[in-house]
Amino acid sequence: MESRFRSIFLSTAAVATCLSLGVASAWAQDSDVAPEVIEPTVERRDIDVAAIDTENYEVTLFVGLLSVEDFESGAVYGARLGYHLSESFFAEASYGTTKVGTSSFEKLGGGAVLLSDRNLSYYDLSLGYNLFPGEVFLGSKRAMNSVVYLVSGLGSTTFAEDNHFTVNLGFGVKVLPTDYLAVSFEVRDHMFDIDITGENKTTHNLQGALNISYFF
Amino acid sequence: MPHRLTLFTLFMLLAAGAAAKENVQFVVVADPYIELHTGPGAGYPITQIIERGEEVGILKRRTDWFKVRSPDGHEGWASQAQMELTLQPSGKAAEFPSAGRAAFDEHRWEWGVLAGDFGGATSYAGFGSYRFSRHLAVELNASQILGNFSDGWGASANIVHTFVPEWRASPFFSLGTGMIHIEPKAALAKTPDRNDQTAIVGFGVSSYLSRRFIVRLEYKNYVVLSSRNDNEVVEEWKAGFAVFF
Repeated sequence: MESRFRSIFLSTAAVATCLSLGVASAWAQDSDVAPEVIEPTVERRDIDVAAIDTENYEVTLFVGLLSVEDFESGAVYGARLGYHLSESFFAEASYGTTKVGTSSFEKLGGGAVLLSDRNLSYYDLSLGYNLFPGEVFLGSKRAMNSVVYLVSGLGSTTFAEDNHFTVNLGFGVKVLPTDYLAVSFEVRDHMFDIDITGENKTTHNLQGALNISYFF
Repeated sequence: MPHRLTLFTLFMLLAAGAAAKENVQFVVVADPYIELHTGPGAGYPITQIIERGEEVGILKRRTDWFKVRSPDGHEGWASQAQMELTLQPSGKAAEFPSAGRAAFDEHRWEWGVLAGDFGGATSYAGFGSYRFSRHLAVELNASQILGNFSDGWGASANIVHTFVPEWRASPFFSLGTGMIHIEPKAALAKTPDRNDQTAIVGFGVSSYLSRRFIVRLEYKNYVVLSSRNDNEVVEEWKAGFAVFF
């Protein structure tokens, strides 16, 4: 009799344990699901570096005066494309053209003509260095960024029916009314060898020009 | 009236275009502050700061400088080094990689300029190349020759093989063909201009410099297949730099 009571008691205990375990596991399942309901769905994007507007190119138009050795000074105009390599260095390609005047030999020689084609054009590839960055002040209210730069390069000059190896060297002062527009005044010496006046000599051809540039 | 409407529509379109163009992205200052210069360079004076925890709107970039706007509307230029101390919206540190060595290893297009000596004359060249693989590229080359006795120009197509692209100074070998045009100077006895075909063998070294730049030194041996009895051989040395994309 005693053993029968014991077995009933034990089996009840076993059933109760099973039930409580089942309930517990059901609870456990519930608590697994619960956090998903409060998972935040805020979109956190990283910045897209490629979408930042870059302004490393600079396109320039220039007008000025080019003094061609032995052949007077004339109006020169041209264009230039620059690329800013760093805050200090830039590379640029230029093209310029002018019509040269008459040499004193032609004026005094009574009809002697040295040149059949009076056009001069040049191109060059140059490297520049921003030497003195700073500001210029207009009155007491306005300041504009400015920079004094040096530039030098190699190129070719087409003049007197011939192409001449040309070295250029110069400096300029640039003022920027806005980030993307610049006005500068520049002086450059274009040096090349020529023998048209009878002797082979290195000529210095100075150019002073006003540049207007746009950054993009 | 219709004119005025058209003008108005045009104005609205322009305004919409301008608004759409302003694509400002934001980062948050993590350092005590970042400094704003008046221009894109260390030499320009510092006139403003943006403090820790404030949002920085990025407007544009020039070389390694960023034009930014502070929450109260001040604008100025911050250096890349300082911008890399800010946090992105996700909480990660901001990174602004310039094209680096990894981009160089992956690049396809290259263009550049070279200057040097072509058989005693000065010569300039421009080239563009396309890489099929890390080892093999096809290259188009145009050059101008400026000599004491003659001027000219040349154009050629070359196949370039780079032996070990991962080396810092990487040697290459090239094989090509093209045309050369020689104009003797007018002052000398009248000799006619010549157009001849060329066969070119070359070798050189190119090296990744930084950002998007490569330096290059090359030697080329030209066999000018002239219409006269003898072929001419011309040696050329050039150095220059290139940009890759």
